[in-house]
This record gives sequence, structure tokens and C-alpha cells, in this order.
Amino acid sequence: MEEILSVKDLEIQFTLRGKTLTPIRKVSLELYKGETLAIAGESGSGKTVLTKTFIGMLDNNGKITGGQILFDGKDLTTYKTEKQWLTIRGRRISMVFQDPMTSLNPLKTIGEQIRESMILHNIVPKDKSKGRVIELLNDVGIPDAINRYSNYPHQFSGGMRQRVVIAIAMACQPDILICDEPTTALDVTIQAQIIDLIKSLQKKLGITVIYITHDLGVVAEVADRVAIMYAGEFVEVGTAEEVFFDPRHPYTWALLSSLPQFGEKGKDLYTIEGVPPNLFKVIVGDAFAPRNRYALEVDFAAAPPYFKVSETHKAKTWLLDPRSPKIEPPETIAKLKAGDF
Amino acid sequence: MIERNALLKVENMSVTFGTGRKRVEAVKNVSFEVFRGETFSLVGESGSGKTTIGRTIVRLNQINNGRVLFDDKVISGKISRELQSKVVRKIQMIFQDPMASLNDRAKVDYIVGEGLINAGICKSKQELNERVSRSLMDVGLLPEFASRFPHEFSGGQRQRIGIARALVMEPEFIIADEPISALDVSIRAQVLNLLNKFKRERGLSYLFIAHDLSVVKFIADRIGVIYGGQLVELCYTQRLFEKPLHPYTKNLLTAAPIPDPRRARNRSAIVYDPTQHDYSKERPLLTEIEQGHLVLANSKELESYKRDL
Repeated sequence: MEEILSVKDLEIQFTLRGKTLTPIRKVSLELYKGETLAIAGESGSGKTVLTKTFIGMLDNNGKITGGQILFDGKDLTTYKTEKQWLTIRGRRISMVFQDPMTSLNPLKTIGEQIRESMILHNIVPKDKSKGRVIELLNDVGIPDAINRYSNYPHQFSGGMRQRVVIAIAMACQPDILICDEPTTALDVTIQAQIIDLIKSLQKKLGITVIYITHDLGVVAEVADRVAIMYAGEFVEVGTAEEVFFDPRHPYTWALLSSLPQFGEKGKDLYTIEGVPPNLFKVIVGDAFAPRNRYALEVDFAAAPPYFKVSETHKAKTWLLDPRSPKIEPPETIAKLKAGDF
Repeated sequence: MIERNALLKVENMSVTFGTGRKRVEAVKNVSFEVFRGETFSLVGESGSGKTTIGRTIVRLNQINNGRVLFDDKVISGKISRELQSKVVRKIQMIFQDPMASLNDRAKVDYIVGEGLINAGICKSKQELNERVSRSLMDVGLLPEFASRFPHEFSGGQRQRIGIARALVMEPEFIIADEPISALDVSIRAQVLNLLNKFKRERGLSYLFIAHDLSVVKFIADRIGVIYGGQLVELCYTQRLFEKPLHPYTKNLLTAAPIPDPRRARNRSAIVYDPTQHDYSKERPLLTEIEQGHLVLANSKELESYKRDL
């Protein structure tokens, strides 16, 4: 498989009220052409911050303090000016944000908003751009596109607005589409439609998708590969089958087990106690250790390295060290594997 | 079947907004009961009227037709002051977005105790403080949190404050309007467990409003599926998942995410098209097709649903 983007030992720091916070702690990642990679984790785990660096949209108080982002033979961490970023953002890598109610300009027609980025990047001549916009609106499944062109965002429902946002992101036929919780603000029926849309666009145009979500139910729908993020690190990376049916990290176990789909009437749902670590402090040992029911003594002393489970599957837990005691994953994992729920 | 005691009865509720050409019928002739100690869930998409039903029960919206009974007394329309204050105490609400439903400028003790103060329940300041701290401890927060502001808490903790605010009134019935939709998956489990705990320990009854059937499966005893302001199907949870009849219910069931990549990839959502029903000759009625299982259908559809059972 051909690598399209690779992240090496990336570290990001923010300064907040004179203090330093490290939301991304030495992250490495490979993204392959044409795949859908899902990044899953709790809020605050760093999913959005990480992907925002791919399009140079890190907040002003944040900076990359180490590592590389390699894309198309260039290191994106060296990009400084807006002019440099414009060759990437929206053109080669695009992003769809969570809330379609706030990511559109209420004062411009949706046609203009889609046209904007095409003209900015000189994709089509001005006089042909309207036709291209209508084509795009058709592609994302907006009926009656010719008339809808001159409608304003408030004339669209939530699901339709998200389709418009996707059309904007797709306007320049990017290589990578980053979807940041695109369906969290939507109903389940609309969610299913948007997921189908993203899948069909991907098939048709062969784009690579990074799908960010906290809902593992959605991950199962979309992902070829899954990366589980906790406190600014990937704790487990593997194919969807590997992560769902043979998860190795206790955090992955906990995330899967706490899904209400596995709940049994009359019994309590599995919960993850405690809160994620304070990223202002230096984390000693495994970041998940204080919340981990299966934590070993070593977890509190030293951070585990990645252990390889297969060519495509790795996890950052001491449980995979040959010296560790053998621990069975919780029942739900076996249930999941058997499809019994 | 044992005759069960209905705590809340909604009879032929209709709610309309606006007048003349802008008139919108948000809730159309909806009837259901919630038994004591039961969690009844209303499921539907945004705009289906499920929130309006909840708000109408607590008298935040006016009812246009029909009535609501709580503990065998009519609580809709014009009611006495006494009854009004009883409704306020006995029926409480938990809202969807814990970021928006708490007063940013008030401290937690005021947010939680406001209902007690307004209803004049507590004799002394000390009693008020005691009840607020007890309520905070009940939901797993520390009494010290009482002097903090909402912005100092995480989303899950804020939702707990919202629950403490409802519990402090010692209600019998709680309307939870999408209480977990805005929360992270790991925190959802905690909030659901908490709601179940109070049901067990205090015999609370819930009206649980949601859009995602997979969440409701765990918490609800019975489910009412609502579409376009009408109940289209009502059934016991387990049975509804085994034998969904109405095409909209099937649509909801197949749209819910499945945390299993094998099944999820082969999934094809059944699309619901409201024009697929032919109601030109005969209007549909909510009919009991088997014990405790009601579906909106005309006689022709009813025949075909019966064959599906």
C-alpha cells in the first residue's frame, strides 16, 4: 500500500495562562492511499488537534514542538505562511467539521460558498464554476440543485447542511478528506445517510478519509483501520477487525464494553472510572494506568512501548510484554467476536 | 396480565403552534401511559414532536386537545394552584445539553436548590443546604462542589448537576430529554447507570426521549416510536427489537450504528418513505395487534403486519 501522509514523533504544545500543555505527545501515524482511517477517543484526547495540524489550523497559542508531517515529499511542520498553507488546505487536504449549523456562513448563498474555494484555488474558470457547483450538489445528494444553488443555509435542514459542507470540502477534489465528528450533531437516520454519502464519494473519487469520532458504533461502519487515541497518544492501531475482535489495550476494552448496545437489562453498564490525566503535568508511566482495572505495577513507573501483534496491529500496553501475567479481556469482547448482542 | 398502576396518562394529546396558514400540528392525537417504576421511551427524529410532548406534560406548552393525567388527576388545561405546585414538584426534567442547561452565572448550590427555594419547601437555610448536599452526593459529586460555577465542571459532571437539580425535588416522575446525546460514549454509560440506580432505589418512573434506538434498548421497558407527531408503534422493548412492524421503526432500527465491522459493512438501511402508505381510502388507526404491541395501520396494512408476526 502506498503511503500518502505520515506523521513522525509529532509533539504539540499549547500555552495557556502562562502554563504549558501537551495535547499531542510524540505521535506517529501512517495514512495509506484510498483507505478510511478512524481516529477514536474521548473528548480532549487530541483527535481534533492532531488533524488540524495537517491543514495548518492550529490555534495561535499552539505550536509544533517536535516531529514531522510528511505529505507529498514535503514536511508540513516547516510551513509557516498562509500562502504556503493555501497550496494544501482545501486544495489537497480538506476538513468537514462537526456542527453544520455553525460551519456555514449564514449571509452567503450555499452556491457562492462552494464556488469560493474553487475560485480561490483556480480549479475552474469563473464562468464555468456555477455548472461545476451544481454538479457537486448533485454528487452530495441535494435534490433540485439548480434552484438550491441560490438558497441560504437557514433554508436547509441539518443533514442537508452537512451535505453542503461536504460539497465545499470536495470542491477542489482533495487527496485527503478529514471528517471531524461529521454526524455527532445529527439524528441516527441522517447519520446513516451521511456515512453512506462519504463512503460512496470515497469509492467514486478514490480519496483517503480520516474519520474522527468518539462513537465506536460509527467506527465499525466506516473504518478500514482504527487508531484509538488516549491523552495525546495512539494506544492501539489496527485494522477494524483486529481492533474490534482482538483488541489488546485495556482502554480499547473499556471503550468497547461501555457501549450501551452491550448493556443487559437490570445490570449496570461497564464504565470507565475517573477522568483523563491532566495534560499540564508530565505523565509518568502509562497515561491510562490510574483508570485501568488491569493496571500492573510497572504501568505506574514506565510508559509502555508499542508491542506488535501483527504486521498491521500494535498496542501500547505492558500486558503484551511476555513477562506480564496473562489477563483475559472482559466478557463483552468475546460477545463482540461471536456477534452475540 | 396484572393490572398495572399508570402514573402518567396522556390521552389524545394534540399540540399546534401558530395560527392560520402558519399553523403546524406538532403532536397529533398521541396517547400512552407510563406505569409506576417504568421507563417509557419516546423515539423519533428531530422535529417528530417528542420534545413537545415532554414539554406539554410539564405545562411548558399548551395542549390544544386531549388531556394529561398524573396520579389519576388531570394536570392539563386550567388547574388549581395547589395541583400546579404539586406537578412542579413531582415531575422534573433533565435536558439534553449540559453546556446550555445550567445558569453560567449561578453557583451549583443555587442551580440545584432553586426549585426548593421557589416552591418554598425548605424551612431554613440549613435544611436547604443539607438537601442540596445530599442530592449532590446522590449523583456522585462532592458537597464541596456547591460553591463552584458550572464552567469548572466537565460535560459528564454538568449532566450530573442537572440530574441532582431534578432529584432534589424528590420527584416521582422524570422526563429525560435526550440526556446523553451530547455526551461522550464513556460518560453515557455512567449517566445511564445513574438513572437506572434511582429507578431501582426510589421507584422513579421515566419518560426517556431519544433518537437512537440502540441506547434505548438498554434503558427502556417500553418504547413508543413517533413520526411526524404521531405514534406509529408502541411495544415492549424486547419485542419491538424482535418484531418491528411499522416501516419507520424498521428504518430507525437499521439506521442505528452496530459496533461490529462485519455486520456494519453489510448493513443496508431500510429507507422510510411516508408516501408509501395508501391512506386515501381508509385512515390508519393505532391498533393493538398483539398484547401490548400497537401499530399505526389501516385494515389492509394490519393484515400484512399480522402475517409478519
